[in-house]
Amino acid sequence: MPYTTYLVEKGASHSFVAEAKPPTVTMPRIKALMTGSLPGFVDVIRNLNSPALLEDSVIRQAKAAGKRIVFYGDETWVKLFPKHFVEYDGTTSFFVSDYTEVDNNVTRHLDKVLKRGDWDILILHYLGLDHIGHISGPNSPLIGQKLSEMDSVLMKIHTSLQSKERETPLPNLLVLCGDHGMSETGSHGASSTEEVNTPLILISSAFERKPGDIRHPKHVQQTDVAATLAIALGLPIPKDSVGSLLFPVVEGRPMREQLRFLHLNTVQLSKLLQENVPSYEKDPGFEQFKMSERLHGNWIRLYLEEKHSEVLFNLGSKVLRQYLDALKTLSLSLSAQVAQYDIYSMMVGTVVVLEVLTLLLLSVPQALRRKAELEVPLSSPGFSLLFYLVILVLSAVHVIVCTSAESSCYFCGLSWLAAGGVMVLASALLCVTVSVLTNVLVGGNTPRKNPVHPSSRWSELDLLILLGTAGHVLSLGASSFVEEEHQTWYFLVNTLCLALSQETYRNYFLGDDGEPPCGLRVEQGHDGATAAWQDGPGCDVLERDKGHGSPSTSEVLRGREKWMVLASPWLILACCRLLRSLNQTGVQWAHRPDLGHWLTSSDHKAELSVLAALSLLIVFVLVQRGCSPVSKAALALGLLGVYCYRAAIGSVRFPWRPDSKDISKGIIEARFVYVFVLGILFTGTKDLLKSQVIAADFKLKTVGLWEIYSGLVLLAALLFRPHNLPVLAFSLLIQTLMTKFIWKPLRHDAAEITVMHYWFGQAFFYFQGNSNNIATVDISAGFVGLDTYVEIPAVLLTAFGTYAGPVLWASHLVHFLSSETRSGSALSHACFCYALICSIPVSTYIVLVTSLRYHLFIWSVFSPKLLYEGMHLLITAAVCVFFTAMDQTRLTQS
Amino acid sequence: MKDNDIKRLLYTHLLCIFSIILSVFIPSLFLENFSILETHVTWLCICSGFVTAVNLVLYLVVKPNTSSKRSSLSHKVTRFLKCCIYFLMSCFSFHVIFVLYGAPLIELALETFLFAVILSTFTTVPCLCLLGPNLKAWLRVFSRNGVTSIWENSLQITTISSFVGAWLGALPIPLDWERPWQVWPISCTLGATFGYVAGLVISPLWIYWNRKQLTYKNN
Repeated sequence: MPYTTYLVEKGASHSFVAEAKPPTVTMPRIKALMTGSLPGFVDVIRNLNSPALLEDSVIRQAKAAGKRIVFYGDETWVKLFPKHFVEYDGTTSFFVSDYTEVDNNVTRHLDKVLKRGDWDILILHYLGLDHIGHISGPNSPLIGQKLSEMDSVLMKIHTSLQSKERETPLPNLLVLCGDHGMSETGSHGASSTEEVNTPLILISSAFERKPGDIRHPKHVQQTDVAATLAIALGLPIPKDSVGSLLFPVVEGRPMREQLRFLHLNTVQLSKLLQENVPSYEKDPGFEQFKMSERLHGNWIRLYLEEKHSEVLFNLGSKVLRQYLDALKTLSLSLSAQVAQYDIYSMMVGTVVVLEVLTLLLLSVPQALRRKAELEVPLSSPGFSLLFYLVILVLSAVHVIVCTSAESSCYFCGLSWLAAGGVMVLASALLCVTVSVLTNVLVGGNTPRKNPVHPSSRWSELDLLILLGTAGHVLSLGASSFVEEEHQTWYFLVNTLCLALSQETYRNYFLGDDGEPPCGLRVEQGHDGATAAWQDGPGCDVLERDKGHGSPSTSEVLRGREKWMVLASPWLILACCRLLRSLNQTGVQWAHRPDLGHWLTSSDHKAELSVLAALSLLIVFVLVQRGCSPVSKAALALGLLGVYCYRAAIGSVRFPWRPDSKDISKGIIEARFVYVFVLGILFTGTKDLLKSQVIAADFKLKTVGLWEIYSGLVLLAALLFRPHNLPVLAFSLLIQTLMTKFIWKPLRHDAAEITVMHYWFGQAFFYFQGNSNNIATVDISAGFVGLDTYVEIPAVLLTAFGTYAGPVLWASHLVHFLSSETRSGSALSHACFCYALICSIPVSTYIVLVTSLRYHLFIWSVFSPKLLYEGMHLLITAAVCVFFTAMDQTRLTQS
Repeated sequence: MKDNDIKRLLYTHLLCIFSIILSVFIPSLFLENFSILETHVTWLCICSGFVTAVNLVLYLVVKPNTSSKRSSLSHKVTRFLKCCIYFLMSCFSFHVIFVLYGAPLIELALETFLFAVILSTFTTVPCLCLLGPNLKAWLRVFSRNGVTSIWENSLQITTISSFVGAWLGALPIPLDWERPWQVWPISCTLGATFGYVAGLVISPLWIYWNRKQLTYKNN
């Protein structure tokens, strides 16, 4: 950007590095720029669908002062400030794959509007650069082109303003700023240095600059822009602004004006402090403000008495320093204070969640029994009194809290019907929990025999599963473990594989001594304790050595299948290790080179093409075996279509067209694949429905479930980026290995299989390159095959693309359990376990986050994770509904 | 008889612990700038050397297994060579497992391998000393109900606790405390060492505590 560089280095300008607070997505950042306040994290969700901004902002003040504002660019502005612009043309920002139209749409107005000059404020929001980042990352060759285009736009505006300035008395101000940065991968949303630091350049002929005056850009806050703009335009500073005036901007003004500006800013900040902090008088910033106000008064008195003197200047600069200090302290203490929490609503939500969890936990022994029925005792008369009492107490609390609270409260803002519904739900849950608890305590004597018996049969695997779940839940309390959650899952999955290999070895080397392979391991007293020691990789490792070292010792080891059984845990471990080096995620090691980056760089397109084709082939080979011939053909064509789509958008290439330049959006190809996805899903559903009508046809149901599963696989293959296709292939490979060689021979029960599926699903969520960080969500998945941004399909596709790993494993679980006929209640067991194992971390995490709400990393680490957990919970709920539906069909069959 | 055995077990274990303590303090007399964290590789070599030596000496002196009847020289030599091969094999397979667990493949390969060596020292060397290169005996000891003496019982406990220690030692690596001991593989080697020491301390106590219930087939 030669012109901008010239302006920054030589021109009449001030440049800064403005630090944006996370979440670094567009809507909260615009809010921060215009209101000067710190937007909350919920704004990330609202980013897609922004309601009108009600808070005080520079735009509102300018409108009130009768300024005419013209806006071109991102539509978010028009939604945030409806009816504030005299003229506007919004551009939809969510069609990410387009980066020329969006900017032409802004620039085409420029000449006209610059010539006309009947406006006071012109706001332009260019989107192309952000879109290029989303599509192809910060190292794309498109970035340079776009930057020079932006430079020419800036030059056009600046020259036009300069030519106009001769006619008007007041100087113009040109502000160039970015709402957020761009991370290593070209995305944004989190709090890495690249995303947080944005340029801020103020250009105006009012700024004097001597030649040779080199300035280094200072680090300031993004919220400072609002206060500076308001002062520059002669408007009141927005009420909720926590920013302080960028002092270099007013440095050229006379001392009296400088002091006046600073006074305005500090008065506004101290008012905000008075509103938010009860003990504001003790705040150091407020004390400094009072002191500087007194000094200011002295200075004005002196100023009125004598015009020019050394004393006046010295006192003036002292007041100035004092003001600047006060501003800094006030701004800091306000930034810390403004994070207010709606404790009451949070408590209500937490209580409901905890009640549900307690209910689930209390019904564990009941639900996992042979019959697997979950009866909820609702109608016991003794509890109706308790129920009404609790409702009364809750409504009384509600009324008291809502009338006494000064700050806004979401729950109080709800209508009475909704609030009443929530209270009825909470008290009903409480009563049910209490009655279940009494049932357990009273009836605890009769089934006492049951819990003792299984506990003596707990294998190392069960112990590992329990300890692993507990350990994962506890690890969520530490910010590093949340950032590096993928490490936890990889570690747990590896240990699980080792434990499985130990189990296979035990079965095949010791099982032939007379014990049945999965028989009851009756232990004497002293061995029960040693079992507790064997949860580590320890014994597995040794077993492994023996297994490989002594093929001759085992007499029973015959046939290929047994070798496969022994080797499969190691194959799975090797697959996991390969996938782990495919995508580095997290924070600490995210910068490490990984295979994914190597593959996506433009030099290695041939390798990427070969790998993608190979993975699609593996996917086809593994998926086709369970399908009917029609869907087999559809699957093959669909996978071919996936490759064609990737070739059309230029990520991979065909061998016969090594360097084709024509890059399209691949809409036809993608829609071609969608047709097959829908077709396969439709065939699967048809088979399921048919199997329900013809009760005897059990095989048809299995085929139907497998077809639904393969439809999902095809959809995932379409949505995954080409370098992630091996993840899909390996996931299918591991599922096949586990099914054939581990779960079937070892005959695990439904609960264990469910937990293993859940763990692998979680691990694959991270193998895909996801993390607990907003920036890693691949929103390009939402635009596959779509011409324009359509909200519902885009959101659904993005959600599926992100959670493909867990969803695929869960659907595999449904198919696996319903194809195994040994236990009738396996599916309902699995559904219960799946719900439980997902809800334990979520509810513990809610409690943890509530107690850690003043943690330093609450916004950057914990809140994104909360969003992810919420989304995951929704997906889990959908999966559980599917489970129950399958279970119902089973029940109606029998 | 049994109390006597337990006492001997306790003394040998105390000697093993003493050798680990010595491996921390003796090298600082001869080497400059020696510390466990900074010159970790040296310490790993020295520690595994000390522990191996003490184990061998104790095995020759105490002779818990009196069953080896054939004592021809060639037999002894082949037995010793077999032990060495087994030790190396266990080192390599541990290395493979660490890489599968996520250890870097190329960089820090020496450190990873030394971690494998020290873990084999804590686990495979006592097994080799006590049971010899006899995989059937190993399988017997590490299956349930297969223990035939307090020596084997304590072997089981120390081995498992070293593995658990190494496993737990990996947990603090992702934390952002930026301590020198969080670097791979220091926390794991320290975890394995602590696990081994804990196993050495616990096993005589545990055997003493449960001496009434413990009945061995051969004794």
